Amino acid sequence: MAVIFADDLSGAWNEMFEAPSRPRAIYKGFFDELQRIPVPELRSRAEQLSRTFLDRGVTFAHEGEDRPFPLDLVPRLIDAAEWDHLSRGISQRVRALEAFLGDVYGPGAIFADRVIPRAVVTSSPHFCRPAMGVTPANGVRIAVAGIDLIRDERGAFCVLEDNVRIPSGVSYVIENRRAMTQTFASLFADHRVHPVDVYPARLLAALRASAPPAVADPVVVVLSPGVHNAAYFEHVLLARMMGIELVEGRDLVCRSNRVFMRTTHGEHPVHVIYRRVDDDWLDPLQFRPESVIGVAGLVNAARAGHVSIANGLGNGVADDKLVYTYVPDFIRYYLREEPLLDNVETYRLDDPDVLADVVSHLGDFVIKPVDGSGGKGIVIGPQASEELLLATRDAVLRAPRNWIAQRPVALSTHPTLIDDTIAPRHIDLRPFAVNDGRDVWVLPGGLTRVALGEGELVVNSSKGGGSKDTWVISDTVAPSHSESPPPTQPVMAHLDPRRQSDESLPHGSDQ
Amino acid sequence: MSDRGMLSRLAESLYWIGRYIERADDTARIVDSYVHRMVEDPLNNEDAACRSLLSILGLEVREDEQRTVENTLEVIVYDDENPSAISGALRGAFENARRSRDHISSEMWVCLNTTQLRLPHTEMNARQLGPATYLQYVRERAALFTGLTETTLSRDDGWQFLMLGRSIERIDMTARLLTARLVGADHAPDWLALLRACGAMEAFLRSARQENQSNEIAAFLLLDRLFPRSILSALNTADACLVELHPSNERIASPDLARQSLARARSRLEFIDPANMIEQLPDLLPMIEETCWQVNDAISAKFFRHVNAVVWSSEGAL
Repeated sequence: MAVIFADDLSGAWNEMFEAPSRPRAIYKGFFDELQRIPVPELRSRAEQLSRTFLDRGVTFAHEGEDRPFPLDLVPRLIDAAEWDHLSRGISQRVRALEAFLGDVYGPGAIFADRVIPRAVVTSSPHFCRPAMGVTPANGVRIAVAGIDLIRDERGAFCVLEDNVRIPSGVSYVIENRRAMTQTFASLFADHRVHPVDVYPARLLAALRASAPPAVADPVVVVLSPGVHNAAYFEHVLLARMMGIELVEGRDLVCRSNRVFMRTTHGEHPVHVIYRRVDDDWLDPLQFRPESVIGVAGLVNAARAGHVSIANGLGNGVADDKLVYTYVPDFIRYYLREEPLLDNVETYRLDDPDVLADVVSHLGDFVIKPVDGSGGKGIVIGPQASEELLLATRDAVLRAPRNWIAQRPVALSTHPTLIDDTIAPRHIDLRPFAVNDGRDVWVLPGGLTRVALGEGELVVNSSKGGGSKDTWVISDTVAPSHSESPPPTQPVMAHLDPRRQSDESLPHGSDQ
Repeated sequence: MSDRGMLSRLAESLYWIGRYIERADDTARIVDSYVHRMVEDPLNNEDAACRSLLSILGLEVREDEQRTVENTLEVIVYDDENPSAISGALRGAFENARRSRDHISSEMWVCLNTTQLRLPHTEMNARQLGPATYLQYVRERAALFTGLTETTLSRDDGWQFLMLGRSIERIDMTARLLTARLVGADHAPDWLALLRACGAMEAFLRSARQENQSNEIAAFLLLDRLFPRSILSALNTADACLVELHPSNERIASPDLARQSLARARSRLEFIDPANMIEQLPDLLPMIEETCWQVNDAISAKFFRHVNAVVWSSEGAL
């Protein structure tokens, strides 16, 4: 029995098919290959995949329980031309956000030039006064960005939100690829897929570049809140693949504005901290005094220039969803370029006219809290109950600054293995960008998240989502170091357990 | 990073992984030999034998309660809240491995993770078919972990801490086992079963003369230089680890409390006349248990707890 592709009735853009049974050009070879595989084989491969993930502890913690982040067998493909456009658009956006943060915590020229009211920034829950005067050595506040993209009904990519605090999920990109090459090597044979395991090296280079200038050979560490964090698996994977220490707050100590880690041979200096701890918990002297996962004195050490913290303090103002509505203006203002990627149509509720209009048709909009992440607090108007809409209306009227409204977009769909059929499910894309101070590099691909429930529009691991391996197909030259083997190579090479290592994770409480 | 040590927290985790895995393994062996004896010898007093077993493992025994094999196994084998029980020790190893996951090899991690994942199923089977399958599973997983450690972990400081933990636990468990034989002789496994519990049966038979067997066995478990589970051998291993962890180039080294304790215990053992081993056990065994405590505390103080007073006054002054 060959695979049955369920019809897509969602009205959304279908990533694989331009019409029923007519795959788009980039999917042609893949579609033929997939049709040759009997359903029971697909199922058994899917089971093999999930068992591998569980045994290796590729999980995220959700409500106190370790769960695997389900990987769908059907990968998402992006062609070279489209990727080129996306990566330039993402890079442009990150450069503009970087300039904006430097301005907000520095001269504030953008306020003087009235591009964005100062009050919008200072009223953001993530605006961080202690960050004023903390100047990064190489000017980089966004070492890592995760820019969430969706493809709308017309097939155009647009930006849904920016994540420049502690974006997570890259470990799944790495781990998904590893699992796919192991369980489904044959699929890779006919495609030149850009590798993704170069990411840790790029990140480490960027972190080293951000070290205080006086340090010749900086010591870089990953700071994690600990094993109970949803993204702990990712912290481990990154530390391991970068070959650096994974520390917790209690491993670090500040003295005379310098940071040290406690080792069996005494204390050793630390110069760059890739922190995966939220601002609020980072330094009990500056933020929440009850934090036990932070390091007392860290902010002063950063201000004194003895340690670099990535991502920067107070970056949350740049991914505030009200500030998001101004990002296209930032691109024009700082870079003097036109935005390559549009925002989703968004309404600012701090304007009384807009507010009145939106609350009277709340069911026609998607309502989002400005500081939410990971799908938290989002109300999808057309799908919401009457009670929820009323409650949301009250909340919005009480504090309009804390909400935005967006036009509901039917996220594009992608064929996904559901039981014994392949059915369309909504997806998004989170590419990851790394800024080393000279260049913003975008990891080819990114995390494609899929909402496994039929018609479900919120794509998130904590909402029962899954993910897909995302292939950026090179149509010109072979990638410098290809994950796909030459077709003559025996498949066994991929099943060699020595090639297995490590693990990875989704985005729960991180971003 | 052996030139600059390793994170204290990681060192502590590795030390405890070593201890917990050894504990699970040794406990499984001890329980196995006890259960075996109770099955073989129906005249044995079940309550007393169970009490003896519980006391070896340092578990509290309530006077008013009738101990049966079943309720004893609940406490010693299946209780995952209690780090002295097998399940609890495995969980302890797992939790510590989670915290040091970036430091141990992936294969070691996968081994402990899958051990943990399959434990409930193994337990379910064991409750129907008897504890042997469970005990066997634990010993096999411990052996697998030991093998993976051997082949996939660099001989850096982390390795030394793992070996150190394993050695200290081994000394402690062997001493406990001998103590049980000494104080609860009627219910404890006989001397040969005790050898079996240490996995030492064949090694002993090949090495020993056969007269006055109990004395020979005691001497073997305490003093044999070649058998890795003997107390002297484990003391030597622990000392070697400490030397590696803190090589000293000074001609007159500052005192190292852990090494001092080990040296005291070793010299006591070295000066013993093996011919009267049994008579000396009542003095030796408490001394050895005391040594384990001292060494554990000294290692913790030296390597795991670098607590320095926070210098508040200098914070914020730029």
